[in-house]
Amino acid sequence: MTNVDATPAELGDAQSSKWSRFFRRVARSRNVVAGATILVVVTLLVALAPHISPYSPTEQFRRNRLQPADAEFLLGTDNLGRDIWSRILYGGQVSLQVGIISVAIGATLGALLGLLAGYLGGHADTIIMRFIDVMMAFPGILLSLVIVAVLGRNLHNVMVAVGLSSVPVYTRVVRGSTLSVKQFDFIVAAQALGGSSWRIMMRHILPNVAAPLTVVATNGVASAIITGAALSFLGLGQQPPDPEWGLMLNEGREFIRVAAWVTTFPGMAIMITVLSINLLGDGLRDILDPRLKL
Amino acid sequence: MSKYLANRLLQTIPTVFLITVVVFLMLHLSPGDPVLVFIGDKQSTPEQREKIREDMGLNRPLHVQYLTYMGNALRGDLGRSLQTNVPVMSQIVNRLPWTIELSFAALFIASVIGISVGIIAALYHNTIIDTLAMAFALVGISMPVYWSSLLLILFFAVRLRVLPAIGQGGVERLILPATALALVSAGSLARMVRSSMLEVLNQDFVLTARSKGITERIVVIRHVLRNALIPVVTILGLILGYTLSGAVITETIFARLGIGQKYVEAVVQKDFTVVQGMTLFIAMMYVLVNIAVDVIYAFIDPRIRYD
Repeated sequence: MTNVDATPAELGDAQSSKWSRFFRRVARSRNVVAGATILVVVTLLVALAPHISPYSPTEQFRRNRLQPADAEFLLGTDNLGRDIWSRILYGGQVSLQVGIISVAIGATLGALLGLLAGYLGGHADTIIMRFIDVMMAFPGILLSLVIVAVLGRNLHNVMVAVGLSSVPVYTRVVRGSTLSVKQFDFIVAAQALGGSSWRIMMRHILPNVAAPLTVVATNGVASAIITGAALSFLGLGQQPPDPEWGLMLNEGREFIRVAAWVTTFPGMAIMITVLSINLLGDGLRDILDPRLKL
Repeated sequence: MSKYLANRLLQTIPTVFLITVVVFLMLHLSPGDPVLVFIGDKQSTPEQREKIREDMGLNRPLHVQYLTYMGNALRGDLGRSLQTNVPVMSQIVNRLPWTIELSFAALFIASVIGISVGIIAALYHNTIIDTLAMAFALVGISMPVYWSSLLLILFFAVRLRVLPAIGQGGVERLILPATALALVSAGSLARMVRSSMLEVLNQDFVLTARSKGITERIVVIRHVLRNALIPVVTILGLILGYTLSGAVITETIFARLGIGQKYVEAVVQKDFTVVQGMTLFIAMMYVLVNIAVDVIYAFIDPRIRYD
């Protein structure tokens, strides 16, 4: 299809003013700025773990077990004498990876199903939504647990499980938006010009459902980190001796009466990360899609 | 009303059927030979494996296996634990009361905190109170249940020594796990109540009520709350689902012998029949909860017509 009444230059102008308006609103949103800043710091610290962590995350200083925070061990040591700060830095790599990869899996699959259900309607819609209903009969973390139980427990399966179990959220949001976008004249025009369903979905509908999808996916990363860490906490994800925030919480649980810091620091790491992502998501929602309520 | 109820139940049938098929297929979707799933890590000869295949009926066509499984399930027989040989159903029945007690206590705490924080935030819209209330909600939503559980244990059981950290039975052992489980839901409830209240506060009939000269308190109680809380009922089912599944974590941390704790144990020990039976049971229970919520919703909001 060709654009009839807009030269590429004009389109470019409209595009750039749209973006600059978006960025001005982003810069003015306290939530987005605060959330993004914390998140960038966390991501940098975690990504640079090999360069900035004082010790190896698995090295055991047998003489310094359960030692409180001091100059030598910034956040203290755990029951095996491992440096908690180093373990948090390395463990974050796993937690952030689980969050991002599982959302990529869930959002891609979910968005695709939502587009198909919303755009094609009819039998495709019925079948897809029936399937989503079935998935939603396993509430909360249960669905990820079931999937890990079926696939076997390890970190890869945790990502797949958390991703698959978030599919219903994305499918429902994208389907809903697709249903309303579908009514617009430019879609009818595209259909009249003989655009294939696939092309219309990908070129015309997807860009118009991107805003709500982005908002939901941002908050989705936060809940994926929570669920991923929960599975490792329960012993189904990351296996010792390698670090992961949920696993560290579980390992520290036993010593909570004598050495609370083994538990509190990884817990704070999860919470700060999740909080910053949620702040970012809430701010983006206010900017991109004020009507969307979660 | 009865027509609506009948319709709602009718719509559930295909979903329930699909759930049973998926749960039944869990064993076959698992990578590898189903017999090996049953044997676990133990050594076995090919002859033993063939015998198990025959005994368990795994050599029969899938639909026959499904019908047998469901036939037994309908009679309350979900098979026996591979580890302890105890019937799965009796484990569920023994443990269910603890999980129900915990879930409903959490639902109650979440409703009390969430609804009051939401109301206060809306009434003091755009003041510091509103900001603080929404900050509380955000923190609540960002608190993983295992983290809030451990914080509550640390503070109330280890530092203050006012409540027991683990075990079950009695209100004092219920407060900590139920509160931990309630916090996330309280946060999302507070947000929802607030936005629903703000929407109602801006409507014409509230203006009319105010112009009649009645006190603001009566306007809020008689006119605003009644209308604002109706949509909240819809997410109560969601919250109950969350507290039911969250029990998996709280029961493990607080050493409560409920369904959730057994579920995790079964997944870790690869006790497949227990996982399968409990999954089926929880999913069915959740389907019923959602029907109940829909019916309550239709009952309290006469404006809604379902055809």
